[in-house]
Amino acid sequence: MSTLHFVALIPFIAAIFIPLVYHKFRHIHTGWFILPIPLVLFVYLISYLPTSDAPMATVKNSVPWVPSLDIHYTVFLDGLSLLFALLITGIGTLVVLYSIYYIANKKDEPLNNFYVYLLMFMGAMLGVVLSDNLIVIYVFWEVTSLSSSLLIGYWFHKEKSRYGAQKSLLITVTGGFAMLSGFTLLYVMTGTFSISEIIALGDVIVASPLFIPAMILILLGAFTKSAQFPFHIWLPDAMEAPTPVSAYLHSATMVKAGIYLVARLTPVFGGQAEWFWIITSFGLFTLLWGSISAVRQKDLKGILAFSTVSQLGLIMSLLGLGSAAFHYDVVDGQSVYTVAILAAVFHLVNHATFKGSLFMIVGIIDHETGTRDIRKLGGLMSIMPITFTISLIGIASMAGLPPFNGFLSKEMFFTGALNSTTIDVFNVQTLGFIFPIVAWVASVFTFVYCMIMLFRTFTGKHQPEKLEKEAHEAPMGLLISPIVLGSLVVVFGFFPNLLAYTIINPAMQAILPGLLEPGEQFYVNIYHWHGLNPELFMTMGVIFFGAFIFLNARKWQETAFYLKERDPLNTIYDNGLVGLIKGSTAVNDVQMTGRLRDYFSFMFVFLILIMGYMLWKTNAIAIDLANTAHISPYMYLISLSLVIATLAVPFVAKRISAIILVGVIGFLIALLFAVFRAPDLALTQLLVETVIVVLFLLVFYHLPELKKESFKPAFRISNFLISIGVGLVVTLTALSAHAFSHENPISPISDYFVENAYALAGGQNIVNVILVDFRGLDTLLEVLVLGIVGLGVVVLIKYKATKGEDI
Amino acid sequence: MRNTPVQLHVITRIVAFIILAFSVFLFFAGHNNPGGGFIGGLMTASALILLYLSFDLKTIKRVIPFNYSKVIASGLLLAIVTGIIGMFFGFPYLKQFFDYFQVPILGEIELTTALPFDLGIYLVVVGFTLLVILTIAEDDS
Repeated sequence: MSTLHFVALIPFIAAIFIPLVYHKFRHIHTGWFILPIPLVLFVYLISYLPTSDAPMATVKNSVPWVPSLDIHYTVFLDGLSLLFALLITGIGTLVVLYSIYYIANKKDEPLNNFYVYLLMFMGAMLGVVLSDNLIVIYVFWEVTSLSSSLLIGYWFHKEKSRYGAQKSLLITVTGGFAMLSGFTLLYVMTGTFSISEIIALGDVIVASPLFIPAMILILLGAFTKSAQFPFHIWLPDAMEAPTPVSAYLHSATMVKAGIYLVARLTPVFGGQAEWFWIITSFGLFTLLWGSISAVRQKDLKGILAFSTVSQLGLIMSLLGLGSAAFHYDVVDGQSVYTVAILAAVFHLVNHATFKGSLFMIVGIIDHETGTRDIRKLGGLMSIMPITFTISLIGIASMAGLPPFNGFLSKEMFFTGALNSTTIDVFNVQTLGFIFPIVAWVASVFTFVYCMIMLFRTFTGKHQPEKLEKEAHEAPMGLLISPIVLGSLVVVFGFFPNLLAYTIINPAMQAILPGLLEPGEQFYVNIYHWHGLNPELFMTMGVIFFGAFIFLNARKWQETAFYLKERDPLNTIYDNGLVGLIKGSTAVNDVQMTGRLRDYFSFMFVFLILIMGYMLWKTNAIAIDLANTAHISPYMYLISLSLVIATLAVPFVAKRISAIILVGVIGFLIALLFAVFRAPDLALTQLLVETVIVVLFLLVFYHLPELKKESFKPAFRISNFLISIGVGLVVTLTALSAHAFSHENPISPISDYFVENAYALAGGQNIVNVILVDFRGLDTLLEVLVLGIVGLGVVVLIKYKATKGEDI
Repeated sequence: MRNTPVQLHVITRIVAFIILAFSVFLFFAGHNNPGGGFIGGLMTASALILLYLSFDLKTIKRVIPFNYSKVIASGLLLAIVTGIIGMFFGFPYLKQFFDYFQVPILGEIELTTALPFDLGIYLVVVGFTLLVILTIAEDDS
């Protein structure tokens, strides 16, 4: 275990102690104890940044976890993972600081829950970006889904929180499961779960028929997580989470996990037409859909949610466009397509800074005025001057205005989209001209919602009567984090090359390995003034048209388009959920009748079908009585009594006689065990029978008088057939197994137990040695089941539902 | 006092303890002879059930004040923890160890980590059987 292994584990370890700390130091806000964790991790990770122009050294360190399944906890640190790890810990520090002031330490506020979930998320997210093993990534990936859902439902008394939590969990876990299947297919193709080894085997994967299914399944995981159309519907509902969570998970880090995965797997799949088309088109469409939907929102957080959806689409489409670089030679570390990757990485950082600060600002507005509805807000500019200044910076950056960092990456995005028209592979010529147009239209709408956010909140008339609280400037503690992020927006805007060779270039090398000669670097030089090129004219067009649409807001704000703010795709989800519940209830009603008789018939019919089919299919029915052992007369006697007792049960008129007969059967079986020299079984059977007799006595009091029931002939015949069938199939199986026993190439496992019980486990009673040693885990799980059943009985009896009550 | 089955009480008092003693023997015999945690547990449970049957629930509850849910829980915990101990020494989960020791009076005896594991099984079986039977017995609605 290296120190890096612990980077992902420390938050989990810390989470164990949170409840303790919370209860012990109740008067101190728990957040103060959390704050050092991301901070220390951030500082530690910074030490991995390349200092000079030398390329960053990648770190790989492996600890076996389940070696037999090729699952190793391998930490892998290159430019891409470092970029994400720094985002997670850096934004994490700011968010924890912000949350200390945002969520007050009230008496009934379950802060311990909040911080445990948050730490779980932080550790899991670090695990995702620092692991090299696909299965480990999957495990951490699902933990992020789980903790995200828990955080959305933090205020679980609210109906909407629960709805959002369920929705996000259902969508992201479905995607995660698809992703697991995709990973498994990758393993089938390459025989390894290690990403770095899979990348080296890229040719094998491309040639395999499983290539397309694996790619689509993995992309399902990435798209659901990163809220790409049509899976984006969970993100707006996730806004029910406390604002620090929205700023952290749902804009800066978790939703970028999908982007991370796509970037990480670009060396595997990139260069293929399907990859290029799927990612670029879904990304661009998400960008367009998100920006148009954002314009319709009235809730500030809703605007930011759809804005995040659209910006994620933007980054995704850039990764798609950049994957074309695998088709062209990179000259001097620069090609027209690597620009797209450069833009993706740069925008990723920028988005985290400006969107993070904007979310925090919206949280402040909500906190200080009691509402986030733009129809109620207005005129806050003079009341909250600091908040206004930070918003101005963030919104200008989001809209792509100079001199902020958003402008730089937006220009590069236009460059990437324009370059796509020159791609002459993948049949791009036919439809490629659409890319820049979609990009431009989406940017216009982005500009519109930015204007709406800024002007509706801060200018216009102040309406104190509509607010729940008297608006005033936020306390300093709340402002620190957005100020830090806002300053970063400005710093990265003026000095973008601070990032160029420290983080952007290493990340690019991780996404596009093998394109450079050893020792070469990608050429990263970001600057404001490119001359009067098409990109600049596009930006000017965006500002012009965006302002035009915004100034005519009165006209279109009365149309149905604006008034219906809910995404139409939600109907599909909601109806699907209702249908799912209805469907499973229908299946359940057929299957769970509450009659033991029916369950037995289900099980027996299944047994007959599957065993009968296999006997018939493999032609395995054979009867050979040559080598059977001698059967002594008393065995005949016991068996005969057994048969008679069994046959008598259905014909007994009184319940007490039936119970006695069943007891007789049990004791006879115990006797058979004894005759066959299985004392352990005989003892167990005897004791079980004794206990069951007591149980029968107890419940006998509650049972109704045994009545002669009249059944339809069809029911009788089918039951008769089932019982005959079971007997027949089991007997045939036993006889056939005996007949084929000498041909069986596999020696029975009992031989192993007989030979090794004393030597390996020091016991002469094989049955017991198997129970406690050889198959100890089975026994443990069995008693676990026993315990659960016991609790189930208690719950069923002591907490009986009264009539008509729904569980 | 008219309806008190004196003979039953007297016999039960003796028999229950014979069964209990035998169940303990069965439990320890398990490694080399028929017996073990499961059988021992069932037999202990039947001895206790016998007590409950011949006396009434209240009397025995005062004499044996166990919460059987907790008995199940502690049994499970014991079994799980025994399995974990081996992991600290780099062995797989639930790996059992044994060795022979010279003890005064008893002579050479075998000690094995399977025993605490089996004790866990024993506790779960006892707890489960009594929990279920007592819960059903107490239910008079």
